[in-house]
Amino acid sequence: MGVKTWLDAWPVYRQLTGEDPLGRGRAAQSKRSRTLESKTETADRMVHSVCPYCAVGCAQRVFVKDEQVIQIEGNPDSPISRGRLCPKGSASKQLVTGPQRETHVLYRRPYGTDWEPLDLDTAVDMVVDRMLDARRKGWQDTDDEGRKLRRTLGMASLGGAALDNEENYLIKKLFTALGAIQIENQARI
Amino acid sequence: MTRENSFHGPLADPAGEAGHEDHPPRMGFFTDTSVCIGCKACEVACKEWNAVPEDGIELLGMSYDNTGSLGASSWRHVAFIEQQRPLGHQDAGLTDLPVGPSSTETTTEVVAEALEATERGGANLGTAPVDLGFPSFDLPGAGSGVENRTQFRWLMSSDVCKHCTHAGCLDVCPTGALFRTEFGTVVVQQDICNGCGYCVSGCPYGVIDRRPDDGRAWKCTMCYDRLRADMEPACAKACPTDSIQFGPLDELRERADRRLADLHAIGVSEAQLYGRDPEDGVGGDGAFFLLLDDPEVYGFPPDPVVPARDIKSMWQHAGTAAAMMVAASAAVFLGGRRRR
Amino acid sequence: MGSNMAEAHPVGFQWIIEAKLRGAKVIHIDPRFTRTSAHADQHVPIRAGTDIAFLGGVVNHILSNDLDFREYVAAYTNAPYLVSESFQDTEDLDGLFSGYDPHTASYDATSWSYANVNSEPHPGHDAKERSDPYQHGARGPFVETADGGIESDPTLQHPRCVFQVLKRHFSRYTPEMVARICGVPEETFLQVCDAWTANSGRERTTSLVYSVGWTQHSVGAQYIRAGSIVQLLTGNIGRPGSGIFALRGHASIQGSTDIPTLFNLLPGYLPMPDTRHETLSDYLDGVRGPEQKGFWGNSDAYMVSLLKEYWGDAATAENDFCFDYMPRINGDHNTYRTAMDMLAGKVHGFFLLGQNPAVGSAHGRLQRLGMANLDWLVVRDLSMIESATVWKDSPEIETGEIVPEKCRTEVFFFPASSHVEKAGTFTQTQRMLQWRDQAVEPIGDRRSELWFFHQLAVRIKERLAGSTDERDRPVLDLAWDYEVEGDEPSPADVLRHINGIDLTTGRTVNGYPELKADGSTACGCWIYSGVYANETNQARRRVSRFDSGPYDAEWGWTWPLNRRILYNRASADPEGRPWSERKKLVWWDEESGQWTGNDTPDFELKKPPHYRAPEGSSGPTALSGSDAFIMMADGKAWLYAPAGLADGPMPTHYEPHESPMRNLLYGQQGSPVRKVYGRPDNPSNPAPPEANSDVFPFVFTAARLTEHHTAGAMSRQLPYLAELQPALFVEVSPELARERGLTHLGWAHVITSRTAVDARVMVTDRMAPLRIDGRVVHQVWMPYHWGSAGLTTGDVVNDLIGVVGDGNVFIQESKVLTCDVQPGQRPRGPALLAYVEEYRQRAGITVETGTRIATAGGHLERAHIEPDEPDDDPPEEAS
Repeated sequence: MGVKTWLDAWPVYRQLTGEDPLGRGRAAQSKRSRTLESKTETADRMVHSVCPYCAVGCAQRVFVKDEQVIQIEGNPDSPISRGRLCPKGSASKQLVTGPQRETHVLYRRPYGTDWEPLDLDTAVDMVVDRMLDARRKGWQDTDDEGRKLRRTLGMASLGGAALDNEENYLIKKLFTALGAIQIENQARI
Repeated sequence: MTRENSFHGPLADPAGEAGHEDHPPRMGFFTDTSVCIGCKACEVACKEWNAVPEDGIELLGMSYDNTGSLGASSWRHVAFIEQQRPLGHQDAGLTDLPVGPSSTETTTEVVAEALEATERGGANLGTAPVDLGFPSFDLPGAGSGVENRTQFRWLMSSDVCKHCTHAGCLDVCPTGALFRTEFGTVVVQQDICNGCGYCVSGCPYGVIDRRPDDGRAWKCTMCYDRLRADMEPACAKACPTDSIQFGPLDELRERADRRLADLHAIGVSEAQLYGRDPEDGVGGDGAFFLLLDDPEVYGFPPDPVVPARDIKSMWQHAGTAAAMMVAASAAVFLGGRRRR
Repeated sequence: MGSNMAEAHPVGFQWIIEAKLRGAKVIHIDPRFTRTSAHADQHVPIRAGTDIAFLGGVVNHILSNDLDFREYVAAYTNAPYLVSESFQDTEDLDGLFSGYDPHTASYDATSWSYANVNSEPHPGHDAKERSDPYQHGARGPFVETADGGIESDPTLQHPRCVFQVLKRHFSRYTPEMVARICGVPEETFLQVCDAWTANSGRERTTSLVYSVGWTQHSVGAQYIRAGSIVQLLTGNIGRPGSGIFALRGHASIQGSTDIPTLFNLLPGYLPMPDTRHETLSDYLDGVRGPEQKGFWGNSDAYMVSLLKEYWGDAATAENDFCFDYMPRINGDHNTYRTAMDMLAGKVHGFFLLGQNPAVGSAHGRLQRLGMANLDWLVVRDLSMIESATVWKDSPEIETGEIVPEKCRTEVFFFPASSHVEKAGTFTQTQRMLQWRDQAVEPIGDRRSELWFFHQLAVRIKERLAGSTDERDRPVLDLAWDYEVEGDEPSPADVLRHINGIDLTTGRTVNGYPELKADGSTACGCWIYSGVYANETNQARRRVSRFDSGPYDAEWGWTWPLNRRILYNRASADPEGRPWSERKKLVWWDEESGQWTGNDTPDFELKKPPHYRAPEGSSGPTALSGSDAFIMMADGKAWLYAPAGLADGPMPTHYEPHESPMRNLLYGQQGSPVRKVYGRPDNPSNPAPPEANSDVFPFVFTAARLTEHHTAGAMSRQLPYLAELQPALFVEVSPELARERGLTHLGWAHVITSRTAVDARVMVTDRMAPLRIDGRVVHQVWMPYHWGSAGLTTGDVVNDLIGVVGDGNVFIQESKVLTCDVQPGQRPRGPALLAYVEEYRQRAGITVETGTRIATAGGHLERAHIEPDEPDDDPPEEAS
């Protein structure tokens, strides 16, 4: 660091020699302030998304650095939202990065009094076992008059309004093939 | 050593005055409260961008305002004002309904108490619903039908640091933590602030405050980091109805004048600009407002004065920082009295 | 009406502000003064649950004063058609239409048909579950006739023409009656009528916005019908600046209706097969009549293409494209019925996919007790929700109704991926699909539903491999060969299959007109066909608004066929000319011989305005050049629905299930076909003519706050939102506060026959009591976002609400009920149960309360009990 640079870093020197004799502006600017950058500028990438709350469909820009979401804000290009977000949309980063989110499968055994950890793969297999069992227990081939039912009332599902179209499609398709019909979501509510 | 109007009065180029050469135009906020829907997106967008901590999950009951006031961890604050007054050319639908007394008075009392219990005792900031002394229909046996609650309106307004042309906080800061940026805005530099707190009493609006945990002073930076990247501040960007507008102050002032004229033309005669006037006690605000009532109704001081207004002469006579503090305290005292 | 847009859809509300700045007048008709009202030119307070009376008044005002847009009405609606001589109106039958059977609380709709038309095969004496509406999907119920075959009177004078029938039906909905029922002063009501009609016609249009404030009623479907009738009479459908905006409340709730996770629908509003459908042709005959006019006439292509997508190569013309593999419905399998079936032990397992019924569904207690009686429960969500912990910290733990050590439900909680951790499409409220790219990989066990259901499918198929059981064929033959990225399907490839693929070329089809009924195309959802046209993800288009004009429509993709305004043929007159220069949208271009304009024309491009269908034609061919309503069986918009609704061909004001008032218009008090579930665990507050309605004297309604989201899992957990609305409160007027001794910010509790709920008191002028038929009626309001988890907690408001449903769509009546309010907090623990029981006793409530739904003629019929069948019989135990 040269003497001039060193001196420049000293606010009083800048104040006395610069255009800011009262030391309320440039002379008082700290090194951090002088080098301050927007975190969106230093992000690794920006990804297009859509707000997950209500159905207006506001476009979001998701900024990612080191594989972490560091900022979510509106996309001004959108003809729907023009870059704007409501308080919920503005809280999206907290929604996806906050400590309230669960990370691991939790299991409560019958009559249990607390959660237990469970391996994801095992959990899926256990659910498969139970689905086949419930399907069998609730199976109906025909009604009283012998008309075809080909269904099970053993299992039901609720949800979908917060999910993607592609997901809803596969959910309905799989359940229908299994004969499960009590498949519902918020649209009924 | 100081130039004309360095401490008060109109000042065309605060950034230039602060030593910034070839600086961008002075940037500001124009908050048009006549289109504010009170959604509080500004509050959240600000907190998300600036990592401002949550500061109290407590029901204040000031209508839908549970923030209370600006503070170290509330850099935007949306006020909600329920009033027994008509809004220009609005029919609130209450005329002829079988209603009795208004809630305004009772809620004001309760809210004032609730606010005193908050960190800053915000009641004295005037953000509670204000009773304007309209006749009360609080008669015995009211509510059965003869007395009508004739008028009503619900005002909303997002408050923020004014980024004054003559900023009291900046003038009294002894460490150089507060500084005026090349955009003409006023920013606390957290790497310098030592938490002395002089700025808190230096602000005629009661905006800046210290955080209890780290002691340093915090307030709106007008997203200094975003401005440096040619981005608009987080609050203005999020605002769904463009109530918060950001841009070069000159343009905003023109836009505000047009909007005011439009509102007057359609019969909203109560519309007024606040902080627009470069001749006012702080030399005009970098963040100014279109209001639908007098400033004190929204919790704004009607006639804010920078505590350093008289500093030039004081400097000439005494030139001590101590005097500045006295001036600051005096101004705040006077300002406070005026608000009552 | 029925929408608090500024609070529930703040970013959408920018367009209302924009319109207002350009001179539009905004009227907000709502029980309370909200953030939306604050920006309206006029706020009209109304008693919750009386919107049909208000809208009926508007219809009456329009028809009595000849204020309709007559040329539009005559050309595009069914106003000229004659109604059957056997039809009897509510004017004749004290609030009922002809065909009512009090025994089943349902209608035989035969007499509602057009005069000389073979209408819908009527449901006869089947219960209403078997009647039409939920089996229709969205198709118009059919009206079999060739074009011109319906008897009509173009002068609209015949006493049996729809126009006159409508006029007579609403003749009693006078301004005075509106004032007495709704509490809206006559003068205010007439101001609204004037604003509406003055801003309609050739040069001007009016838009109508509603949300769940309209749907969540026992007559919700008819609320929307009533709004539609006004908009049709004023020429406000299919034109720029007109229309009815249904603002929906979840990121993809529109998508989950289009591609339904709903019991009675298949993708694209095709109905779920039922027991009457032995074969594919039985089913198709039920979807479209043999002579069906309009685009539902092609439903064979839509259905066969769906079956091909489901079962791939296994689906052949010889085996009816595996139609046989479809499960059949034969009744009510809606989510509330399912909750009751859980309590009855009929349901063994339950999946919750981003939904929290313990807080978000009506009658939370019923929901929770149901879930505590399952074999197993799978919960997939971002964070821990109340529905996953009913065994641990539900309100029933406090009352002793659930004991953890005795609760058998096995619970699996799977953390879900967030919207930035997966790619896919949401469909927003105006039918636009928008693609999200994936920003980051989910960590830990977080996974998408796509992953989860793919894993289930693959593992179940493995498990069943080699099975010879006939019931496993649909699973084994299920086409599940989506392109896989890592261990989950590519969402883009799933979307391709939803779009549809030409099986002869393997390429995507460009739209539903290319779908075939011969098995040569596969398509997951016909209305979404075109979203992957030219092998390009059209939903991923993001041409900036700065680089395109207002009609360029290259942002996202809107079904159908990127069309922005439905039925936009009606924006031109019958000759194909815009009604006015100012309001032009699409028009017939004589030179090029096709429809053109600013939007994708919602009409066959080359069909000229003067086209008349040949004798004996069906499907789209049968539509004339001025049949603007191309999905309807007669090409016309229906002012009068000759078939298809469970509760009548025209909207009628019925009081809500729970009301402090007698119906002032008819002896029939409430909807005669509403779904009531008289059970000890689902009591109703009494309503006139039943006695003791004064025990619950106030009208209750509930809704959202801007700062929270539905059941709260996505907001109560977030500090920045929780601090903005930190506590559950109840809004009351100063008058009610005085009457009940409530103080601002103090505690109060709200009581219904279901439970009592604590809340802080918000005394506000925004709540105003109304004068209803000479008496003062108070309304109270609560937001419903609270539960036991999160940074701000509170009682579950939905626990106050019982289960009563709309007879058409089974949506619960949660926007209006009755309640009492008392100062202080409610009793805790078992004392709460005793406290509520005391209220029930005082009100004389039994399981029959509220179930005597036929009251026309002034006498209470016997209680109507919703049949438990066909799910009544114990399921056949499998071997």
